Amino acid sequence: MNAPVHAIPVDYERQRAVCAALRAFMPEHSVLFEREDVTPYECDGLTAYRQVPMVVALPDNEEQVCAILEVCHALQVPVVARGAGTGLSGGALPMGNGVLLSLSKLMKIIAIDKESRTARVQPGVRNLAISEAAAPFGLYYAPDPSSQIACSIGGNVAENSGGVHCLKYGLTVHNILKLRVATIEGDIIELGGGGLDAAGYDLLALMTGSEGLLGVVTEITVKLLPRPESAQVVLAAFDDVGAAGQAVANVIAAGIIPAGMEMMDQAATLAVEPFVNAGYPTDAAGILLVESDGTHEEVADEIRRIEDIMTQSGAHIVRSSQDESERLKLWAGRKAAFPAVGRLSPDYYCMDGTIPRKRLAEVLRGIAAMEKKYDLRCANVFHAGDGNLHPLILYDANDADQLKRAEDFGAEILKLCVDVGGTITGEHGVGVEKIDSMCMQFKSAELEIFHALKHAFDEPGLLNPGKAVPTLHRCAEFGRMHVHAGTEKFPDIPRF
Amino acid sequence: MADALVQQFADTIRAAADAKRPLRICGGGSKSFYGNPVTGEDLQVTAYRGIVSYEPTELVITARAGTPLAEIETAMRERGQMLGFEPPHFGGGATLGGCIAAGLSGPRRASAGSVRDFVLGVRLLDGRGTDLAFGGQVMKNVAGYDVSRLITGSLGTLGVILEVSLKALPLPPAELTLCREQSRSDAIATMNAWAGQPLPITGTCHVQKRLYVRLAGAASAVKAAANKIGGEEVGNAAEFWRNVRDQQDVFFSGVRPTWRISLQSTAAELDLSGPQLVEWGGALRWLKSDDDAMSVREAARKADGHATLFRRGATDINAFHPLPEAMMRLHRRVKQAMDPVGILNPGRMYSEW
Repeated sequence: MNAPVHAIPVDYERQRAVCAALRAFMPEHSVLFEREDVTPYECDGLTAYRQVPMVVALPDNEEQVCAILEVCHALQVPVVARGAGTGLSGGALPMGNGVLLSLSKLMKIIAIDKESRTARVQPGVRNLAISEAAAPFGLYYAPDPSSQIACSIGGNVAENSGGVHCLKYGLTVHNILKLRVATIEGDIIELGGGGLDAAGYDLLALMTGSEGLLGVVTEITVKLLPRPESAQVVLAAFDDVGAAGQAVANVIAAGIIPAGMEMMDQAATLAVEPFVNAGYPTDAAGILLVESDGTHEEVADEIRRIEDIMTQSGAHIVRSSQDESERLKLWAGRKAAFPAVGRLSPDYYCMDGTIPRKRLAEVLRGIAAMEKKYDLRCANVFHAGDGNLHPLILYDANDADQLKRAEDFGAEILKLCVDVGGTITGEHGVGVEKIDSMCMQFKSAELEIFHALKHAFDEPGLLNPGKAVPTLHRCAEFGRMHVHAGTEKFPDIPRF
Repeated sequence: MADALVQQFADTIRAAADAKRPLRICGGGSKSFYGNPVTGEDLQVTAYRGIVSYEPTELVITARAGTPLAEIETAMRERGQMLGFEPPHFGGGATLGGCIAAGLSGPRRASAGSVRDFVLGVRLLDGRGTDLAFGGQVMKNVAGYDVSRLITGSLGTLGVILEVSLKALPLPPAELTLCREQSRSDAIATMNAWAGQPLPITGTCHVQKRLYVRLAGAASAVKAAANKIGGEEVGNAAEFWRNVRDQQDVFFSGVRPTWRISLQSTAAELDLSGPQLVEWGGALRWLKSDDDAMSVREAARKADGHATLFRRGATDINAFHPLPEAMMRLHRRVKQAMDPVGILNPGRMYSEW
């Protein structure tokens, strides 16, 4: 791999003590410590960072989760919770002296309540499994991160995952009602409630996206929505990405909140088209996919208006899906963008900044200039509706100079995102990957508040230590993500 | 001018922290009835006002805490947009800061989301007078803990809000309110059944044996939904929803205490005395009752909800539903993280801090 792995020698005495304490209440096969048994847990979706955990604990139920935390608290052992391990920022990177707490066996859908449109699920349940289970009732769970066939709802809560439809339907935080959370002391607290709000502080919101640093989620009640009657997508092609950006602004200005609004630049469509044959015009500088969903009347009305706006905004091709298979085909290209770009180059480095949309043309020009400066290619895919940009920098990690240039390129993109009023991460999380970039985003006084809040939940600092929030003296350099073509985990999962 | 005001607020907070002297943060005072009374020196923040930036095509508005809600809503309406959570004004003078601090949402909440769902970023002074910014002006941002949403609804106990960025929503092109006679329990069942179907509903209210439903969206969609749902069209609909939102409806008059019971939308009729007004698809029940607090709170708890003594009358009962001990401990620690000396609106939420 392209990042050095710092092997920490195993403290066998400590390992024995932890295993013995865990086996007091867990079956032998649920406590792993042999090298070959724990190695599969050495990384998550960010494979550049690896660390074999000292012990892996696989609880069967909430009581065991609490008991494990109690043991770790008593023995002062750090704990890293892990869902499906599809995260892209190394949030589930284990610790060599710690317990990796895998929630993968907590995969029960406890109840689906058609009347109140809610589902109670365990954290290891896959995101898509919730919508599948709700489908017979005409309901679904709205947030649809690209990895939804594999990622777990517990991980979605930890990262506050979004998806292509989040401009209209919101992020994870907008779609959950209640959490059961195990504290580091092994107590259960309930955040949120059966209604639409709860007494006291909004700790449900604080817990969502806290990357496993505040508690371990053991049960989630999610909101289910009625499936829209109909959905249709418009493809529009532009000679200029600035014009495409303006078209996006024109859609919003017309009072339309599309279900999805995605942009790809020419480098991305050139990579995707031979791979997927989605029917994208590869001679365009940029394309937009704009989706409308809702009642038949709403969709018919909105699609007509979107088509007009695209034409008026200078699109030279405007085409709408005529049936469901065409709609899915148009989306398939977008969903395959990451793997398609991955075929062009031995490695790519995916960034996740969010910018105010009006600065898009300027940011893309900046990135184009950086391509020349660093002599590396970059393809851009963009959640245009909400300003979340995924530049994919192409490089070869076996060439040390290219690796260095890709890292500098990425750092300069993130800096540009912050400079134009945006953020270093829109949806992938900070994890270990962007921990140093947090220093650009926040002042030390703000980081101190984060540490104080962490301390409020986890006084001994044992839950996922070292992730998400940098120590003040660490604020020095930038971290980033590398994906090695063909060797990333879950290469078959669409990423977008 | 604006910087000087922030400096002045910060100096006041620092001096109060040094002297361990509590501060009572004041905005427009429209919601001063809400929560428990606070004794302390007034920190008046309404002078810190004005819209800082508004970008309709970015769907983001940023304004200072003292800005009147009415001013924000007027500016947004001129550009065809609105605050999606339909915040209550409770008479005149409501400010943005108070709106965020109280965390209350109006009739559109069940469909569009709550105040905190629309908060993108907050700038505040903590209990040490430190100027801090969390979140930002973009739709998606997962850098750092979500402090801006934690601040929402914290009743000024965690910081003095300076500026807030909110997501904007387009005004619906068409709106229509329908009404039918129905008993309360039937209405609750109807509201839940509607919510399970793809209907463009943006408000429901049951009061005095009548169920009101507001439809909004494209004219064609509203018309189709109205045909499907049925009922008689309400003429003065805007006024009706404004009166529900601001509690000007006749239901809210009278001296009996007003309880706000937030619970599972499908919860059956509560065994409590006094008239009720049902909102949010069944998930919010307003109760005018002299029943004792224990009974009201027990009824709410049974429906996995909580009960707030919203307008108290003459009583010293804690406004908010008691928290389990572990949660109370956690709340105290969160409070300490943001306001270590405990000078910001002490007791407004819970008497312990």
